[in-house]
Amino acid sequence: MKRRLISLALALLAAALSFGWCLEVHAAKWTGVDEAVVDKFAAAAGRQPVEPLINTDQGDLLLFVFLVAGAAGGFVGGYYFRKLFHERRDGELTKGNA
Amino acid sequence: MTSPFKLRLLLLIPALVLASQTPAHAMHISEGILPAGWAGLWFLVALPFVVWGLRDLRRRSSTESPHFKALVGLVGAAVFIISCMPIPVPFAGTCSHPCGTGLAAILVGPAVTVVITSIALILQALFLAHGGLTTLGADIVSMGVAGAFIGYGFFRLLLRLGAPATVAAFVAGLASDWATYAVTSMELSLGLHPAGSWFSLFTPILVAFMPTQIPLGVLEGVLSGGAYQFVTRRRPDLFRAAKQKVLMEVPE
Repeated sequence: MKRRLISLALALLAAALSFGWCLEVHAAKWTGVDEAVVDKFAAAAGRQPVEPLINTDQGDLLLFVFLVAGAAGGFVGGYYFRKLFHERRDGELTKGNA
Repeated sequence: MTSPFKLRLLLLIPALVLASQTPAHAMHISEGILPAGWAGLWFLVALPFVVWGLRDLRRRSSTESPHFKALVGLVGAAVFIISCMPIPVPFAGTCSHPCGTGLAAILVGPAVTVVITSIALILQALFLAHGGLTTLGADIVSMGVAGAFIGYGFFRLLLRLGAPATVAAFVAGLASDWATYAVTSMELSLGLHPAGSWFSLFTPILVAFMPTQIPLGVLEGVLSGGAYQFVTRRRPDLFRAAKQKVLMEVPE
């Protein structure tokens, strides 16, 4: 267990360093392809995106809603993952012991 | 709850949260980009697939394994997260996201995947400033319909040709990603092209997507192959009937 955690920590450190290096050497802005592609072609055709119905793209609000969405999606996924892959195994083990 | 599961859950949640922290903008066509006529037309194209998916979901919920609903829930959460997860592509210097619809289609079927994708896209358009409500039909057609049916089509074809299921799942993921962006390019070029042929705008848009989507498609293929293998090894009972339907026999 201890070895696994150390390996995981080392892998995370290597990933963080590589990512940091990648950001340093690349002068790109890492824009989404909608901005780099979709909006570019739309603007050339004279069409601009309009404000969404609920505009959460304001300051850090968008980070907050993405974080909430990620956490909610993670919990829902985890709940059903447990239902599919663990509760069944637990049930089988219980049956086997009985 | 076993302790390794607790550990995995503890690692999974922050990973998902960190992965989804940065807003992603990619295949989703933003609000107002498409002219009203085209936006309406894509709604009409998407509608029969959504209705088919809802009927399929209702029928299979009552006839298939009781775990089918849980599988749909898991796949739904995965599609929602995957399709708003920005991935930086160092070759291109841009970010984009995989779609997850190829994997979803081979796990729960393409029609149900359209429903799952529609729900994910509605939530993203409403709360994440990601896509738009007027362009929802176009986004459902590119990501839900094209991604799911083309990925599933390749999966079935390769299984029938005798390819290993993991390879077929890899190709399904790859094809669904590329198909999504090809259809997005088509939707944009049809809606935005100046007087003359829409194809003259289709090619430049498709080419502009390529540097980001070619590597991401491969990544999506790897994700689909790995996830399919993981799920079918642990719950082969959920897929036996579906495989029999495709092949009329259970493959090794």
